Formats: sequence, C-alpha cells, structure tokens
Amino acid sequence: MRTPDLLRFASSSLAGARTRTLLMLLAMSIGVASVVVLTALGEGARRYVTGQFAQLGTHLLIMLPGRSETTGGAPPLFGQTPRDLTLDDAMALLRARSILRVAPLTVGNAPVSRGSRDREVTVIGATYDFFPIRHLSVGSGQPLPLIDPQRSVNVAVLGSGLRRELFGSASALGQWIRINDRRFRVIGILSQGGESLGQNLDDMVVVPVAAAQSLFNAPSLFRVLIQARSGQDIERAKTAARDIIRERHDGEDDVTLITQDALLGTFDKILRALTYTVGGIAGISLAVAGILIMNVMLVAVSQRVAEIGLLKALGASERQVLRLFLVEAVMLASAGAALGVVIGIGGILLLAQLFPAFPIAAPLWAPLAAVAVAVGTGLVFGVMPARRAARFDPVRALTGR
Amino acid sequence: MIELAGIERDFTVGDEVVRALDQVSLTLPDGDYVSVMGPSGSGKSTLLNVLGLLDRPNDGSYRLHGEETTRLPEEARAALRRDHIGFVFQAFHLVPRLSAADNIGLPLVLAGVEPHARDARIHEVLESLDLLDRAHHRPDQLSGGQRQRVAIGRAVVMRPGLLLADEPTGNLDQHAGSEVVALLEQLNASGITLVVVTHDPTIGQRARRRIRMVDGQIANDSGADAHA
Repeated sequence: MRTPDLLRFASSSLAGARTRTLLMLLAMSIGVASVVVLTALGEGARRYVTGQFAQLGTHLLIMLPGRSETTGGAPPLFGQTPRDLTLDDAMALLRARSILRVAPLTVGNAPVSRGSRDREVTVIGATYDFFPIRHLSVGSGQPLPLIDPQRSVNVAVLGSGLRRELFGSASALGQWIRINDRRFRVIGILSQGGESLGQNLDDMVVVPVAAAQSLFNAPSLFRVLIQARSGQDIERAKTAARDIIRERHDGEDDVTLITQDALLGTFDKILRALTYTVGGIAGISLAVAGILIMNVMLVAVSQRVAEIGLLKALGASERQVLRLFLVEAVMLASAGAALGVVIGIGGILLLAQLFPAFPIAAPLWAPLAAVAVAVGTGLVFGVMPARRAARFDPVRALTGR
Repeated sequence: MIELAGIERDFTVGDEVVRALDQVSLTLPDGDYVSVMGPSGSGKSTLLNVLGLLDRPNDGSYRLHGEETTRLPEEARAALRRDHIGFVFQAFHLVPRLSAADNIGLPLVLAGVEPHARDARIHEVLESLDLLDRAHHRPDQLSGGQRQRVAIGRAVVMRPGLLLADEPTGNLDQHAGSEVVALLEQLNASGITLVVVTHDPTIGQRARRRIRMVDGQIANDSGADAHA
C-alpha cells in the first residue's frame, strides 16, 4: 500500500466518525495545551525571580554574620552568630581594591507614627551607598546624607506607600515622624515601585545605620551588601572580604558570603525543577489522553469489525491492517497535538495580556516535548487496538458471528 | 485449477468439536461454474472460506494453480487472496464512507497500484458494470442491486481467476437478483471460475456443476464424474 493511500484511507475513516474524532482531538489538545501553558508559567516564574535578582544590584556580594558549618544545602540565611559583625568591620572592607561600595544594613520592625497615624513597618538602617547599590532612586528630596556611618543622625527616607499613609496628600519633606519614641526628620521619598524579592520597599523607611542600631539596640549588623568593582572582581572581592574579616575577628572565619550569582543559580535550579515537575504533572494528562485514545480506538475496532474482515478478504495482510489503525491513531494524536500547541500559545498570549508584569513564556522544549509525547502515546496506545484489529478472524468478522 | 484433497475443518463449540468439513475432495478446472447447496450447517460457507483462503483447514491439501496453500504463512495467503480471488457477500460489505469508485478501487489501493493505473482500471470496471454515472455515489445513495454490482466490480478489479459468491442474491429482490446472477454468469463466460453458495434452488440449478453438501461432506456432485 502506498503511503499517500494509507494516509488518505486513515483520514477518511477519521472523517467518517466525526464525533469520536472531535472528542479525541479535544482530549489530546487539552493535554498538550496544559503542558505548554503550565511549563510557560513555570518558566515565567523563573524569569520573574531572575529579573528580581538583577534588580537587587549588580556585582553584588552579601555578607551575613555567622558561618554555616554544614556544607551544601540552602544558603544559611539564619546563621549562628559567634561574633558580631560590626559597622567597623563593614567599613574596613573598603580597603580592598576590588570592592567599590559597601552598605552595612540593620533591619528591624518598629512603629512609625505621625500625629495620630501609626504604622508598624520595617525600618532599614543603611548608608548613602545603599541607594546606588540597590538601584534605588529617590523621587523627591534626597537620599541618606553621605556622612560617617558611625554618626547617628535622625533623618529618614520614606517609601512612597508609607508616605501616603502617614501624610496623605500633604507634603512630607522636612516634616517630623516618630520611630519608636525618637523623632526623625523626613529628608526624601523613594520612587514608587521599588520592589525586591516580593518585599515592597514602598512600605519601608530607611534611616542611617547608626540610628537604626541605637533604635534596635543591636550592635551587630543584619548583613553587609558589597559591590565589586566589576564582574571579574566578584571572586577577588569575596576573598578579600573574607580575609579582612578573619583578620579583624582574630582569625575566626565567622561570616558567610553569598554571591548573587550563587543565590541566583540556586533559585534558578529550584524553579527549573519546578517547571519540570509541573510539566510532568501536565504530562500525566497527556497520558490520560493517550489512554482515552486507546479506549476509543478499541471501541472503533469493534465497531469496524466488518470493515476489517472485508479488508482482509480483499487481500490486506495483518501488517497492513495494523499499519492502518496505527496511522489513524498517530494522525489523531498529531492533529490533537498541533491543535493543543495552538491553544497553548493562545492561552499564553492571553495570560500575557492579562498579567503584563509576569514574564510568561513557553520554553522551546515544552511544545516539542508535548508533541513528541502526544505522538508517542498515540503510537503506544494505538498498538493494542490495532493488533486486535489485525488479528480479527475475517470469516467471523464478515458473518458477524 | 483448484485441487482440494481430504480437507477437514473442525470447530470447537463449547466442549464439543464440530466437524464442518469432513474429507472433502474437489477439483475445479479453470472457468468452471459451480453452485454449492445444502441445508444450514452443512459446511457450504466453510468450504467457501477455505476456497477463499480465509479459513485454514485442519487437515488436507489445497493446491491453487499447483501451489500448496495450507502451509503458507498468513502474509502469503493474503497476497494470494488479493491477486487471485474475488469475494461477493450477501451483505455487500461496501465501505460506507467511500464512493462506489473508491470501493471498487480498494483492492488496488491495498495492492499498492499507482493512482494513474488505478483510475484507468476503475473506469474500465465501472463501464463494464454500467455504473459510470454512479461512480461518486456513496453506498447509501445506491440501490441494493447497484450496491451488489459495485461489490462485484470490487471483486473482479484485480482480475482474479476465482470468484466466490456467498448468497449473492440473498438481500436482493427478484429483479435485482437476476441481474446480479446474469452479471456473474457473464464474468464466468469470460473465463473466471465461479463458485456460488446459495439456498435458492432456481439460482443453484443454473450452474453447470452442482454440489450438494450434507454434514460437512459432498453428498452429490453433478460434475464429479466429468472431472474425476
């Protein structure tokens, strides 16, 4: 039998059973579309997080007090602190030539009030360099003053959301607010939309690090952001920072340094795994579609007993009958897969319209894998009905016995 | 030339073994016209299926044009069926979604004949059946007699030497039935060996050679002496 005739015969029998064909196309296309859309969501999440890290700053190193004693595993965000990481430690890092900027940070929660309005917010103690390192821009007023970090000056830069809540439409610049029981003068407002790792900087207040330390009575820093001079300097900056701290801490290696890349890599790995997992879950729906195809093909085979018997009487070999039914199953699966890819891409475009901030995009492998799996299931689950069809005894098939 | 010798065919029905063909020996020279008659369950359909290579006997020898067929693998039997044997069924067995022309062309498609040669052959057959104006009608748009003519066209499109008809007029009225018989006889006159299984004595009597079967055995063969 010539291949075009094979295809023509199979498509004519698919067209002959319209409802059955449409139902199977639907099942297959939903399976494929769900793989495409779900992996696109996973990939979108990965891109979103990657983008967030890029916003965090460039050539960034993060120093945490405490040293994780175990190897491997997640970065020790909450390490034990054998020795305080002090402001002097942080400023000493600037001795290294590979280090461009240093921003010592102290973080805590405190009530912030103005008049009768009162909010519990996150207070970040930082220095002037915090702003360029984190790419923060000040919408009005000015950032923290460029002063000796040891000096406690009671000035504050407000997040735009916090400003709105405390001041409403009134001007905030030059006004006084109260953090805990201390008075701070508002000198700047952050531009809106500053967001990092889901933490909204809109609802925070930034004060000089020394002021924050005395607010929270915490001599140790929460962390130190270190900006290397360039991408190549990151490793050098890391070594230099470690050496400087060891020297100052009597030879104890008691800080943890995380490069942004390592953190990014970890998240990237996690999210990639998530995407694969979600893709795998969607793959199950594909398998279900495959089993559906098998079922419907089996029904089709028993409905077409007479036709199969006839084909064999006309001289079709078992192999030919097998091939006919297999081609039919694979054609159905491929058409369903193609339709599914179209639906999936449509869904992605729709989601992109609805949530423009979320960078949804299907990774190239997803539709390819989905189509491959769909055609594969068509083949695998088509074999059983096709074999059943091929083995029909033509005599019994023709007489309907 | 068809030679059956000592053919046995057993079926197992429940615990019982039913012998549908019992020591059947039969020789059909080319161009013979044979009717097979007998009561239900006498083995006539089984004989037809064995002749058509659809069924394999349990014992005995079946030589088609000198070639022993009983030990051939299924693939080879399918090929023999395709090239040398045409079937006509009581229920027509046309593929409902295909046009008359496509139904007739089905054996050519299965045999892998090029479309060009195929179309010429189908045209020829349609012309000889006087069905040219019905070429693109589907079976449900045809009368019973037309359907059976399409089925006969399909049976002869490969130019087989043997035409097997199982109750070819069973689903037809008198007029259409006699038309179909005339067509079959016309094909036989052109040299094709024709075997008709039937319940209808008026059709059975028309054959040159009449075989009567009872309990899986040939009880009476009007041509046995002539060809023995």
